[in-house]
Amino acid sequence: MSCLQSASQTAGPYVHIGCTPSVAGLKDMYGGYDLGADIFPPNVPGRRIVIVGQVFDGTGDPVLDAMLEFWQADSNGRYGANGPSGGWARRAVDADAGRYRLETILPAATGEEAAHVKVWVVARGINLGLHTRIYFEDEPQGQDPILASIKDPSRRSSLIAQRSGGDGYIFNIHLQGEKETVFMNV
Amino acid sequence: MSDIRPFNSQDMSLQPPALTLDYRSSRLRAPSHKLLSLEHGPGELTGPTFGHDVIGPNDHDLIINYAAPGAAAIGEQIMVHGHLLDENARPVPQVLLEFWQANAGGRYRHKKDGYLAPLDPNFGGCGRTLTDEKGYFSFRTVRPGPYPWPNGGNDWRPAHIHFSCFGQGWAQRLITQMYFEGDPHIPLCPIVQTIADPQAIDRLTALLDMAHTVPMEFRAFRFDIVLRGRTSTRFENKLEGN
Ligand SMILES: [Fe+2]
Repeated sequence: MSCLQSASQTAGPYVHIGCTPSVAGLKDMYGGYDLGADIFPPNVPGRRIVIVGQVFDGTGDPVLDAMLEFWQADSNGRYGANGPSGGWARRAVDADAGRYRLETILPAATGEEAAHVKVWVVARGINLGLHTRIYFEDEPQGQDPILASIKDPSRRSSLIAQRSGGDGYIFNIHLQGEKETVFMNV
Repeated sequence: MSDIRPFNSQDMSLQPPALTLDYRSSRLRAPSHKLLSLEHGPGELTGPTFGHDVIGPNDHDLIINYAAPGAAAIGEQIMVHGHLLDENARPVPQVLLEFWQANAGGRYRHKKDGYLAPLDPNFGGCGRTLTDEKGYFSFRTVRPGPYPWPNGGNDWRPAHIHFSCFGQGWAQRLITQMYFEGDPHIPLCPIVQTIADPQAIDRLTALLDMAHTVPMEFRAFRFDIVLRGRTSTRFENKLEGN
């Protein structure tokens, strides 16, 4: 017996009510704690980093209603090895400038895949959630099959977070246009 | 051990394309490049899991989970239930489902929703649950109202509930919407109609379920969700396992 996969529909402009209710103003829902607020337990080993960025549309305007989810390996290259949802986080972008901020640890490479954080983007106007990856400019990219398959250097650079002082990285997401981020059919 | 076979690819004939001109918001938010294909590695085959410890006892009851003690949300009381399956018709057990919706008047509890229908002080509009060991889920809520939205014309959304579904791997992550059988707005809605296949729209449409409707209490609606299934080939790097 087989079934046909359910179609996606846009998360709409109010996705934050369902996924990050305290950001949406439902202060006491779920005890005031939004799932995915912390990506790892506090004592997880690894180099602490902070990734910040903004989401933009095809005219360069910030997208103010996006939700981002992140999924990554730990500093030993293991997925799902630090508690049930360790390595997973979720952020509502802010309502002023479409900004997000993720405090995490630097993931290790896994097999041929260079160190990266997976990102899933949903928002009003996105019919099917968009998958992309954050690689790091100062980490070896070796034979990573995704990066190697992108021939255009400016396209490839859309997946690479730039170091920005201290422990910081900047990674912006462009849904459309000249700086369009590479998205993947996962 | 967890199943390490790759997932089937996304069936793009059943999924909405990124650019759908009649749904205006997609015009500046649809990537213009083709999606890059990708082999499933360990990170696509795994994903976060959630236990009962994160779910509160009333999280799946939207009629009372935001209400004052002893109070209840206003509207038609309904129970929505169904199975979360994969394409191989296997149940997807113990995964997180989240829901959000407008209240009975069609108004969201959100500062950007300025629709004239009033907020209901006893309705928050979100809920969540885990599927059970057979992939079954159910929750109680009030039937949401249709609402108008800015899309360049006289556009009204059919009554709908938004669903967020985790599967057993990152590749299965899905957000979709549930509609109600017989809603005359379904064929008129540019968001619904981003899906080209009418049968795929029917599969997002919950059916009245009299067998589970409780007399003098609530009506039941049946809604099954199907996530991508796994292929029959195992992930090559892990062939030694079983
Ligand atoms: Fe909605």
